[in-house]
Parts: sequence; C-alpha cells; structure tokens
Amino acid sequence: MEADQNASQIFRTERIGRRKLVNRLVEVAATVSALLAVAVLVLLIGSVAKRGAGAISIDFLTKTPVINTGFGEPQPSGIANAIVGTAIIVGLAVLMALPVGVLTAIYLNELAPPRVASVLTLALDVLNGIPAIVIGIFVFVFLVVGHGQTAWKGGFALAILMLPIVARSTQEVLALVPSSLREASLALGAARWRTTLSVVLPQAVGGIVTGATLATARVAGETAPLLFTSSLVADDIRTNPNEALESMPMFIFKSAEQADPALHEQAWGAALVLIAFILITSLLARAFAARSRRRLLGER
Amino acid sequence: MNYPSTSVQDSSEQHVSEGLPSAIDPAQVGTAAPSLRSTRARELVFMIESLTAFYGEVAAIRDVSFEIYRRMVTAIIGPSGCGKSTFIRCLNRMNDVIPSFRTEGRILYHDVDLQGSGVDPVAVRRRIGMVFQRPNPFPKSIYENVAYGLRILGLKDDLDGRVEQALKRAALWDEVKDRLKRSGLSLSGGQQQRLCIARALAIEPEVILMDEPASALDPIATTRIEDLMHELKKDYTIVVVTHNMQQAARVADMTAFFSITKGDEGQRSGVLVEYDDTNTIFTQPKDKRTEDYVTGRFG
Amino acid sequence: MSVAEEQVSGPATFKRRGRFRPGDAVLYVVTLLAAISGVVLLTLITREVLADAWPAMDRFGLKFLTTQAWDQNKELFGARSFIFGTAVTSFGALLLATPISIAIALFLTELAPRWIRSVVGPLVELLAAVPSVVLGLWGILVLGPFVTGTLEPALHNALGWLPLFGPARPVSSSMFAAILILTIMIVPIVSSICRELFLGVPSELKDGALALGATRWEMVRGVVFPYARAGIAAAMILGLGRAIGEAIAVTQVIGNSVAINADLFAPGDTLASRIAGQYQGADTALQLSSLVYLAVILLVFSLVTNIMAQIVVRRVAGRHQV
Repeated sequence: MEADQNASQIFRTERIGRRKLVNRLVEVAATVSALLAVAVLVLLIGSVAKRGAGAISIDFLTKTPVINTGFGEPQPSGIANAIVGTAIIVGLAVLMALPVGVLTAIYLNELAPPRVASVLTLALDVLNGIPAIVIGIFVFVFLVVGHGQTAWKGGFALAILMLPIVARSTQEVLALVPSSLREASLALGAARWRTTLSVVLPQAVGGIVTGATLATARVAGETAPLLFTSSLVADDIRTNPNEALESMPMFIFKSAEQADPALHEQAWGAALVLIAFILITSLLARAFAARSRRRLLGER
Repeated sequence: MNYPSTSVQDSSEQHVSEGLPSAIDPAQVGTAAPSLRSTRARELVFMIESLTAFYGEVAAIRDVSFEIYRRMVTAIIGPSGCGKSTFIRCLNRMNDVIPSFRTEGRILYHDVDLQGSGVDPVAVRRRIGMVFQRPNPFPKSIYENVAYGLRILGLKDDLDGRVEQALKRAALWDEVKDRLKRSGLSLSGGQQQRLCIARALAIEPEVILMDEPASALDPIATTRIEDLMHELKKDYTIVVVTHNMQQAARVADMTAFFSITKGDEGQRSGVLVEYDDTNTIFTQPKDKRTEDYVTGRFG
Repeated sequence: MSVAEEQVSGPATFKRRGRFRPGDAVLYVVTLLAAISGVVLLTLITREVLADAWPAMDRFGLKFLTTQAWDQNKELFGARSFIFGTAVTSFGALLLATPISIAIALFLTELAPRWIRSVVGPLVELLAAVPSVVLGLWGILVLGPFVTGTLEPALHNALGWLPLFGPARPVSSSMFAAILILTIMIVPIVSSICRELFLGVPSELKDGALALGATRWEMVRGVVFPYARAGIAAAMILGLGRAIGEAIAVTQVIGNSVAINADLFAPGDTLASRIAGQYQGADTALQLSSLVYLAVILLVFSLVTNIMAQIVVRRVAGRHQV
C-alpha cells in the first residue's frame, strides 16, 4: 500500500489519468476495427460457403443451366457452360496479355532510355487506373457495335486489364536479376538480345509465371468487361471463341438479378467455385513466388 | 564489487581526507572542482540492486549493483557489447518496447521500485528523460520539437517562454531564435542534438540519460555537448554512456566501468566491474580489468 | 572496340558499337512495339469513347451534366443523378473507410503481437481478392435484408432528424447499401498502404517521442501521423478512385433509380452503375451515345483522381530523404 502511495507521489504526472484513458480508448477502437474487418470477411466467406455448398454437385459442375418450371421432373441444372466459357475467355486474355506484358517489361527494364521508360510507365499506370466498366464500354464501341459479341472480344477486354499488372510484376522480377549476370554474359561476347533471352529471362521465369497467375486470378472474377462483350449467350456448352460464351462472373451477375431462389442458390454455388479457384490459385502462386524469390536471391 | 560505501556521511569524509593523489595527470581529470564535491552531500537518486536484464534467454547484463547520485554526471564506460546501452535504457524503462525483454533485480528511484507493478512507464519517462546517440528531432519546426512534450502534458501556459528557456538551457537559443519556425531537420548535427536536449529539458525532468550523445558528432560539436553537461549538472542528474574514455574523464564525477564476462556455458554478459570517483577509476583503479581498460591495454 | 566497353548495366541506353547485330535490333523493335501498347491503348480508348459519345455531347452539350433524366421515350438523358450518386456513395464510403483503415493499420503495426499480425493481416488483404460480383451477391441477399431490417430502423430512430436517415424501406436496395459495400471494398486497399507507411516510420523518431513520456497514442498522433501524412492522403485518393469506378457491386445493390434524394435509404445510381445497368442493350442510338457520354465523365473523374494520387505519391518519395 505504502509503496504504491510512494510510487504515485514520485511519479505524479500531469493529466496522466485522462491521457491513459484516451490511449486505452484508441487501443480499443483499433482492435474493434480489426475485428470488424475480420468479422465481415468471415461472414462473407461463410455465407458463400454455407449457401453455395448446397448447390455443389457433380451435376452442378457438368450440366448446363435449365429453367425448371415446376412441371414434371426437375432437371439437374449446372454451370458447365460458364466454367468452360470462363476458361476460354480467360485463356484468350492470357494469350493476348502475357506476351505483350513481358515484352513491354523487357523493354522498360533492359533497353529503354530513362526518360522514355518513365513516360511509358506512366501510361501503363494511367491505363491501370481506368475503371473496368470503361474498358468494357470501349471494347463494345470499338469492336462489338455492328459486329456482335464474341468470347475473344471479352478476352481482349480482360487482356487490357491484365496488361499493366503483368508488365509491372514482370518488371519487378527482371529488376531482381543481378546485373552481374548480364555483365558476365556480355563480357563473354554474347549479344544483348541473346543475353536477355538466354540469361535474364530464364532467371525471371518463375516470377513471371507467378505474376501472370496472380493477374489471371484477379481478372477471372471481373464482370464489367464482359457485360458488353460476352453476355448474350446460349445455354449449352459452346467452345467457339467467335461466339459469346457464358462466364462465371456473368452467370452470377445475371442469376443474382432474378427473383428466383433456385437461381440464387446456383449463384452462391458458382460464387463458391469462383472464390475457391481464385483463392487456391493465389495461394499457390504466392507460395511458388516465395520459393523462387528465395532461390533467386540466394544465388547472389 | 568494488564501490564506495553509500552512506552520505562516509563519502564526504572520504573526500576530505583523500584529496587528489599525486599520480594524477591533470589533463585527464574532469574540471569539476573537488571542493564542490567534498562539501556537497551526496544524495541518492538511483539504487540499482542486482539488476540482470534478459533479451529472451540471453542475459545482456548480469547482477549489476551500484548507486547514482543527484546533480552529478555519472559515466558508464566499457568495451562495446558490455551492455551499457541496455543498462541505461533500464533506467527509463525504454526497454519495455522490446517484447522479449525482462529483468530480475530492482532499480529504486528515490526508494520506489521503478519496475513495480503500479508504476507506469509513461510517468517514469516524464521524470527521467533521454537523449539518443543519433540526434532524432521530429520532422516538425524547432519550436514544435521543443513544445511537443509540453503540449502532451498540457503545460500550455506561457509556451513561448518555456520553449525559449529550454533552448537557452541547451545553449541553442541564440542560434535559432530567429528561425523557430524552420524545420528541426534543417540544423547541423550538433545543433540537432542540442535541440533534442532542449526538447528533453522543456518538461523539467529530474534525470537526463544520455546514450553516447556525442558519438555521431564532430569534435567541436562534441565539446559543446560536454560543456553543456557541466552546466546542466547544476540542476539535473546526468547519466551518460560513452565509449570514449577521455570524455568520461573530462565530464564525469562518478564513473562505472562495465565489462564482458563469460558465463559457465560460454555466454557473454555485461557486468559492473568497478564504480568509483572518476579520479579513482582513472588513476587508482582497484580492479585489474579496470586498469587494463583505462590504460588502453584492451577495449 | 571490345564488347566489354558496351554499356552493361540495367536499363541502358541502346548504343550500337562494334558489329551491327540484327538480333539486338529485332529485340529492340519488338519490345518497343509492345511497350507502346499502353500509350496506343490509351489514345484508342480516349478517341473511341469521345467519338461515340459525340452525338450525345453534340445534342446535349454541357447541360447533360445538370439534367436529371434518363428517358428513352422523351429522348432526354442527363448525368446529374449519377454524378450526385457517384459523389455521395464514393465520398460516403471514403468517410467510413478512412478511420477504419487507419485504425486497422495501427492495430497491425503498433498494437498486435506478432502472431496476431500474421493472421489478421492476410485476412484483411483477402477481402480485396473477393470479386465484386460476389460481394454484390452477398450485398443483395445477405447485407441488404440486414440493413433494411436492423440497421436502417436503428439509424432512423437514433438520428432520424437528419434528412440523411429516412424511414426504412421495404426494398433492400439503397445508396446506403452501396456505401457499405464500397467501404468493404476500399478498406483493404487503404489499410494495406497505411500499414506500409506506418512500418516505415523510423523507430528512432518513435523512441524519441516515447522517451519524452508520451503514451503510445500520443506518439502515433505526434510522430507517426505527421510523418505518414502525405502517404495517407495518397491512399485515400486511391481508395476514392476505386470507389468511383466500381460498377458491378454497386449496380447490384443501389436500386438503379434516377431520383435524387438526401435520404440515404432511398435508391439511387452512379455513373459506373448506370452504364452497367444498361448492358442488355440500348434501345436507341442516342441512348447508347448518352451511355458513352457517361463513360466519358467517369473516365475524367477517374483520371483526375489517378493523377492526383500520382502527384501525391511522387511528392512523398521526394520529401522523406532524411
């Protein structure tokens, strides 16, 4: 008791009670905020998991959508066409964006004069900031109006979204390749192009793959670019890139709009599949990235 | 452990009888007049009792015990790695910010356990201020740097006057009085350090801890800091860690020599080897390790 | 001229010395063509969008911005409702998201023990990976009913004297729902940027404040916030830009109404959301052109916020050379 009294005498500090209270309040507020964010995430993922799990089945993944009118036997309905369509559209997007993105990064990181590089980088940054819906409208008026929707036009829209991301992440990986490797190759008499292709690029491949995978995962969930380019679709499984194909995000979007609870359940199921795909792809890509970064830096 | 007895009467008698031994090199000894020390009774501020400090499982300092007296400069010297910084940061509980840190033993500040359960580090640091090795002024104006502590404490009456007084006490006022609004970072290294001292002085602590305050400064700035210590010790208790022996000899009244010892399993910890008047430490050290260090045979 | 005298390091100026190597020229040209794709796309987008908006721009001029209408029968279109909706929802979301994001960043950098940090941090980032259509789905079917059933009545009872909080409505689509959804979308962005900023504050500055006897909050307020001030502004602008451009999740929950209301619980619409809502096709050429006109306005808004964010970021990079 007395020791405490002495302590409070010696260490008497102005306004200490109030200051400690304010400090404590801020600590509480910060903790609550963090818990709130985690709670929202848990609620969100939980909803998707709970409501979507019921819809998942082999039929769901392999059959095409069927409107069950309530008469006769309900036919199994599925999202096979959306899954196939997403695969094709996203695949096309990767085919378009990856080479251009990697070549862009090579130019910016290895060959460009600094002034040119900063202008081109700025252009990519601005491109990155354009909303996906504007990109969608652009492709619509540029390619679709008068010609019709097709999967490859949707892929093109997604590719425009992917390009800055792939270019930036490839640039970062290229910058990690030690310049001593380039110097060694050039000193041996190799031409610049050979140095870049046979020495620098192989070192960076791991990181490029990771960056491309992460970009793909992100873009697979985008709906806005597809609204105007690949949304008026047929119900069966199509694979022709010259037609509009169904996609997972579009399916969810359209089903959510309807008042039919059966469609809602399907939408949850598709959302679950989509999130699972994005999560697993991202985690694998990051794990791979951590490993290849360790290897790259370890060789320094 | 070699250290003089702690009772107030004993120490003053000792001084009167000993005087300065003849083997002293005057150039090495501090300029504090011996008569001042002998007539002023030594008042206890810190009593460190068997202090051992751990980072996780490693003991940085082991079983340290000595006292620190009021209105004196106490220097902590020793080779690098002997735990000097760890020790001084215990005195204002700055080590609390390190998660794996813990201590055994006690530090009594005016007979109150500094690390007691009822003691708030915030209140401790208000009484025991600190100046760091590299000057660390805030990215604010010179005025706001000094006013920061005052604003926190709500001491806003006559803020201008308090800021001016703190800057004067830190011997910086004349150089900055026309540019108080300029950033603290626009000053030279030595000026920044004096700004940090002014910042600490503004809230009127009792003790000022200095962790190698001049080691990042040029010789001229160093001298100004040392002169400042001489001035400040009239009103404040100063504990200074320094790796520069000559500096300790110049400024300190009391000196504590720390060194590294190897434990049973080979782990290295810092221990207090000897604590005495600066004179004694440098001219008639009682421990051979001290003698080796101050004569430059090692460290 | 030996090869070793060629410039070797990183982004080098392409200087041709010694033998002419066609391979180098080919690589240079190919990659250059790829690299200007960004500029090419930007020009193409701007030109196409302006060209296709032109009929509406010609017909309505700048009055389009102040007309509140979207009627294909009367051939009258205007952006006023949507500009209003974009402003209200985006700034509303920013208002909610900023303190929450800063608080989360503080929690993760100053407060939480290491193991909590490594769990909560990734979880918050995970929120950013959720596709907007899924968030919208959740918004319609889960959040919406909760908001109309619980949150709106509570707010109306407590603060109903404010025209912002009218009586709860039977339909779960509203600007308020859109604000909540947008908040969820931008919190991960703003908080992860703030987290990086707070981690970058030099510990000697923080020690200096603590050594003066500041509480942790006083240290944060006096040292961390001023140090990170410009970065926080940039983060907020980036979050705002994200909110302005979001079409899908907003159109799913906002109610798609042309009305302008002070009541947040009323339905509304934003620029991006109106464009998305018309995806099934415009009936007339004028309607399509007006839609593209909306896209032009949206493009201008997002370019402005993007450029502002870039400026702030570059100024931050220049200042902290301590």
